[in-house]
Amino acid sequence: MTRRTAVTHRRVTTLGMSVLAAVLVGSLAACGGSAKGSTATGSGSSLRGQTIVLYSAQHPQTTDAMVAAFEQQTGIHVRIDANDEDVLTAQLEKEGSRSPADVFYTENSNWLQQLADRGMLAKVDSGTLAQVPKADSAADGDWVGVSARISAMIYNPKKISEAQLPKSIMDMADPRYKGKIEIAPAETDFWPIVASVDRAKGSAATLAWLKGLRANAGSNDNVPDNETLTSDVSQGITDFAVINHYYYYRLKAVVSGGTGNAKLAYFAPHDPGFVKAISGAAVLKSSKHQAAAQELLNFMTSKSGQEVLEAGESFEYPVKPGIPANPALPPISSYEPNAFSPADLGTGLQAKDLLQRAGLI
Amino acid sequence: MRFLRRHAAVYVGAVIALVTLSPLILLATDAQAAGWGEIHRVLFRSRSAMLLRHTVVLAVLVAVLSAAVGVAAAWATERTRLPLRWLWTVLLVLPLAMPDFVVGWAWHLIDPRINPLGGATLVMVLGTYPLVYLPVAAALRRSDPVLEDTAHGLGVGRLATFWRVSLPQLTPALFGGTVLVVLTVISEYGAFEILRYPTFTTEVFTEFQFEPEAAGALSMPLVLLGLLVLGADGLLSRRDGGMATGVRRPPEPPRWRPAAVPAMLALLGLAGLGVGVPVGTLVYWIRQSRATTLPPVATLGQATWSTLEYSAGGALLAVVLATPVALMTLRRHTRTRDVLERSTFVTQAVPGVVIALSLVYFATRFAYSVYQTSTLLVVAYALLFFPLALVCVRASCAQAPPELADVGVSLGRHPVTVFFRVTVPLIAPGLVAGFCLVFLTAITELTATLVLAPIGVETLATQFWAYQSEVANGAAAPYALVIVAMAVLPGTLLGLWFDRESRTPRRPKPVSA
Repeated sequence: MTRRTAVTHRRVTTLGMSVLAAVLVGSLAACGGSAKGSTATGSGSSLRGQTIVLYSAQHPQTTDAMVAAFEQQTGIHVRIDANDEDVLTAQLEKEGSRSPADVFYTENSNWLQQLADRGMLAKVDSGTLAQVPKADSAADGDWVGVSARISAMIYNPKKISEAQLPKSIMDMADPRYKGKIEIAPAETDFWPIVASVDRAKGSAATLAWLKGLRANAGSNDNVPDNETLTSDVSQGITDFAVINHYYYYRLKAVVSGGTGNAKLAYFAPHDPGFVKAISGAAVLKSSKHQAAAQELLNFMTSKSGQEVLEAGESFEYPVKPGIPANPALPPISSYEPNAFSPADLGTGLQAKDLLQRAGLI
Repeated sequence: MRFLRRHAAVYVGAVIALVTLSPLILLATDAQAAGWGEIHRVLFRSRSAMLLRHTVVLAVLVAVLSAAVGVAAAWATERTRLPLRWLWTVLLVLPLAMPDFVVGWAWHLIDPRINPLGGATLVMVLGTYPLVYLPVAAALRRSDPVLEDTAHGLGVGRLATFWRVSLPQLTPALFGGTVLVVLTVISEYGAFEILRYPTFTTEVFTEFQFEPEAAGALSMPLVLLGLLVLGADGLLSRRDGGMATGVRRPPEPPRWRPAAVPAMLALLGLAGLGVGVPVGTLVYWIRQSRATTLPPVATLGQATWSTLEYSAGGALLAVVLATPVALMTLRRHTRTRDVLERSTFVTQAVPGVVIALSLVYFATRFAYSVYQTSTLLVVAYALLFFPLALVCVRASCAQAPPELADVGVSLGRHPVTVFFRVTVPLIAPGLVAGFCLVFLTAITELTATLVLAPIGVETLATQFWAYQSEVANGAAAPYALVIVAMAVLPGTLLGLWFDRESRTPRRPKPVSA
């Protein structure tokens, strides 16, 4: 996602009230207190009318539709605070047990794992975990997988042919691509890819590879996000870049008559750059609406929740077996990513460290 | 009691100075909490050297160019017989109303391949030359052209006269303006992020997103850099320019003549690049497709309202805080008073994101109830732009004879009554100007707003930023245009105030003094 995509929705407050935001915080706290007694187990009816706070780092394209369907089905209101996952993670750590957040929804699993390691997450209901493949969630049940995304290359056929593209992500660091690529190291979607390369090739080779990427990207080694990479490739500002598959499909949905000049290509099967990453969600231990929060997770991984991914403009893959992806997408079974799981990604700190040592962030 | 009353002004000033400096104290605590190991790891690596080089190179380039453009523009409006002078003054001040991140975005849209350093220099020069123009034009108005005429009469050429007679008189104003330019450059975030020119401030912002502790450490070079610049300003501005005072030769009346055409075209070109091109680009993109997969969220109306609310709140608070400090140094100059007043300028040297971070640190630890509320944002605006308010209020105070207040008191009125009935009306223009300046700067502020905007509230700047980050240009453009539209009115008022302010003759000095 982008650096700070602060698109926030569904405001329960009226604007006049924002002046008295201090009062608002007080009233929310009171509301939390009163709801506490009624939160037993996840029975829908008693939760109706409750309001929970969702810290969402997912693209609003995904979150909005998901939350709207959830509200309609359960009568639980959701207030969304949208921002980048790194920002929200830092925010949650600062807020600690006083955080107003009930549920945290991220684009990549490492941020959830970071909070889990600090003991800030509640266990996900076993019924919810059972709705998706075990490998797509945290091994100890601290968070649950919701959708999957595949790393890919977006390229501009007017500038580079498909045959000229690297077969392996390692080759992107080759001097023959000098001045032909852009990279977005601060884009958190890039971190699972770095972690995957690190796992396959070791940290010394990964560091050398990152430095090669940096040299090839030149002054475009600090593109803010994947949206910009996508746009730059389609405008022909650069030849190709690594993104996640859905950026391309969203571009296709926006630009009438195709994707301008952009096309999508994948690395060779099982290449370290061919990664399936998981977007997941978790309930905060500090949440005062545990039942309603668990209900949201349950919905997101249920048939109705996963079908939201099929219909909307999210273009991410449902993780629940048997739910088809958006018809514009190739079936997920057609991909041959390398064996890289959320467990391998962990907290992503190793990836961050490598990026810092390469001087990219 | 008497002692207390006599020094009340100093105490109030000291407390306010302390409040404006509190972010720096908090920052130091925050950085210390991160630990020396973390500071060392983040600060001492080759990337920091690159960021420092980027920051300094750009600051120097922009300072030199802005100074040149600002002085040339001031010369054109003050020392030539250009017709429609008020129009030029307003046009030259107007870029202050243009947020640099919008101008940067516009130039990036025009040429996405624009050279990062070149683009950043262009955008910053176009945005900051008014900071040189304003003080230099004011100094030119105050100085007596007779000196220049005399030099001419003695056979010194035009250029030589400028170098040897005019420029020395302008040095304090020129230097003060250039310092503001440098401070603006080192604290800019949005434009450089868009133009892909990483500096310390963009790095602090990125770092804040995934490593808040490191952000504190990274802010330190910025603060030091700012203090260095301010220190240099303090040393140099002590040298008095030897301004000619007393009765001046009245300026010559404006006249239409062919020789004025190139000058007018140049000024028009400057305004065109700084204001016309960005606005044109915005309008162009609004007319383009607005298609985006992003769901429509905070409407233009809602975002405009919250922007208005927070900016006005911040402006009001800043002016209220600035007034006692301005009055403190008005009555008496002592070392304590001057140091106190000067210290409040330090916040000007600190990027918005640093102030915002320190407030987050403060609120999460000591005042959780105001965390993520608009209160914190309003306070941040007031702290950030306090020096701007102070400059305006002080300018008016300098023209309000303190003897009038004394007369009021000696006539038996309570000092509070005197303050509201005598002093406030006298300094009212400065209060209004201070409000306008802080208000328009707050509207165009991005970084602190991104960090501190309360949950569920979008301002024009944050909503613009969200859309432009998703490369939804058509959707972003209207928000930018409303920012500009809102800032233009106070910007114009400010230009007119300035045009009037410096033209009204100063109060003559008492003969016996």
